[in-house]
Amino acid sequence: MEYPDPNYTRIKGWGVDADPKNDPTYPMKKYTGDDHRRLDYRRPPQQVAEVEVLHSNERPGLSAVFGTRQPPSGLSGQLRRFAFRYSENSFAHWLPLLLADRVNVAEGILDDFRNGIIPNIMREKGMGAEWKYNRKKLIKKAVITLAVSLALLSFLRKDRR
Amino acid sequence: MLAMNYRGPFRVRADYYKPDPEIEHPGDAIVRVTRSCICGSDLHLYHGLVPDTRVGTTFGHEFTGVVVETGASVEKLKVGDQVLVPFNVACGVCPLCKQELYGNCHEANPGATAVGGAFGYSHLAGGYDGGQAEYVRVPYADVGPTIIPGDIHPDDAVLLTDVVPTGYQAAEMGGIRKGDTVVVFGAGPVGIMAAKCAWLFGAGRVIVIDHLEYRLEFVRNYAQCEAYDFRSLGDPVLFLKKTTDYYGADVCIDAVGCEAAGSFLQTFTGRKGMLQGGSATALYWAINSVKKGGIVSVVSVYGPTGNFIPIGNVVNKGITLRANQASVKRLLPKMIEHLRSGYIDPKAIITHRVPLEEVADAYHLFSAKLDNCIKTVLIPPSAGA
Repeated sequence: MEYPDPNYTRIKGWGVDADPKNDPTYPMKKYTGDDHRRLDYRRPPQQVAEVEVLHSNERPGLSAVFGTRQPPSGLSGQLRRFAFRYSENSFAHWLPLLLADRVNVAEGILDDFRNGIIPNIMREKGMGAEWKYNRKKLIKKAVITLAVSLALLSFLRKDRR
Repeated sequence: MLAMNYRGPFRVRADYYKPDPEIEHPGDAIVRVTRSCICGSDLHLYHGLVPDTRVGTTFGHEFTGVVVETGASVEKLKVGDQVLVPFNVACGVCPLCKQELYGNCHEANPGATAVGGAFGYSHLAGGYDGGQAEYVRVPYADVGPTIIPGDIHPDDAVLLTDVVPTGYQAAEMGGIRKGDTVVVFGAGPVGIMAAKCAWLFGAGRVIVIDHLEYRLEFVRNYAQCEAYDFRSLGDPVLFLKKTTDYYGADVCIDAVGCEAAGSFLQTFTGRKGMLQGGSATALYWAINSVKKGGIVSVVSVYGPTGNFIPIGNVVNKGITLRANQASVKRLLPKMIEHLRSGYIDPKAIITHRVPLEEVADAYHLFSAKLDNCIKTVLIPPSAGA
């Protein structure tokens, strides 16, 4: 067979992993037949859950290991618990989780204040990098925001009079 | 300890008050991180697109480090070992792991059966803190972590934890045959690596599609391939049809995922309105660009709710769709071999090295594609390197 451009064969490593049997698929898994045993295998020792860990209702319980940071708490936690009543097949699972994430952001700011931290939101948004590498755009954005704010303010004042 | 701390969409910071990780299971190890990367898929978390991403989480699934503590049952690692840690958390004994599907382990993620366990990738992937910190807990320490061979550069080692095997698997799943035309959508780190690896399978032509000129330039040089800005092509699918004699590419690879640009409808419904699991523009184009009977390989990240893709065309064209998270442990020996042979040069994609303390700037830099950023490595102060 003739290939379209012979130059590519000079690329270092060209064709080293080519396999003529590679059609239509490549062997991606070492098939063992163990799938048919389902969950009947010797599981690793179970990690003890010392905090609340939510698990999908599409599995019988917790996986043998799991992360324990940020257990559900507050209003976002309630939303997450609600979400986990539904399977991964349901929007009633995912949409409350997305909502919980947004609620959690507000909770995070309150937590910061509670812990004596004043969040430096501009810094958290990486404005240092923006100032360093994209200063013109940043200044332009700031000027436009200021101008729109001032225009809105003066309109509201005028309206009040 | 010092750790990256997610505070909400587009907001992260470096905090010193995060408690040190502890052994929570006999198979755990604690690793002092020496390098960690920001992955393109971290940006989906950073942009608030991944459900169950809790405030306070530490991201980072690409990292290397030194073992500082081991659990009672750990046998293969000892304190002081320098390890690279695959991004998959995998038990090694479930039926999926036995079939080397380490990205699909059944014993690593209680939160979602459709997703395997991964470090620092929200509670959707198990709720583990990640490696953008000074220390990290590594479960199943006898399974995933691999001692870094002495002749492997630390910068190469950290890229073997995800980006190299993911790019390689993208090409591998494409079932490339000698002389095939392979189209890679996305010139991010994974797309760059997929383009490079497509040659190893004997591709006859490799075309990369993106819209960031500096990345197109980079991939042209790094992967010795053609690269086009889709904004200059009009309809990229039509361009790809024409350039393949109206036949279609043999293999298309989606290395973009849920934040693809290029379609107002997809961007509006997927990224802004969150009415689908992200913007599926690249996958849409891949399905429509591939030949009848061709293969579309997907390694990119999409949300769990579903996407608008032309599934009718998949049926009518007889396309094989192949997709998975990379099975890093399965591929590591081959990747190390290719590295030694000089077929791949992972560290060449690193453009930025940033102290962990400046993680907020690093995320913004990568997210906004400033300063020609391709790959950022975070260095913790305790790295000692």
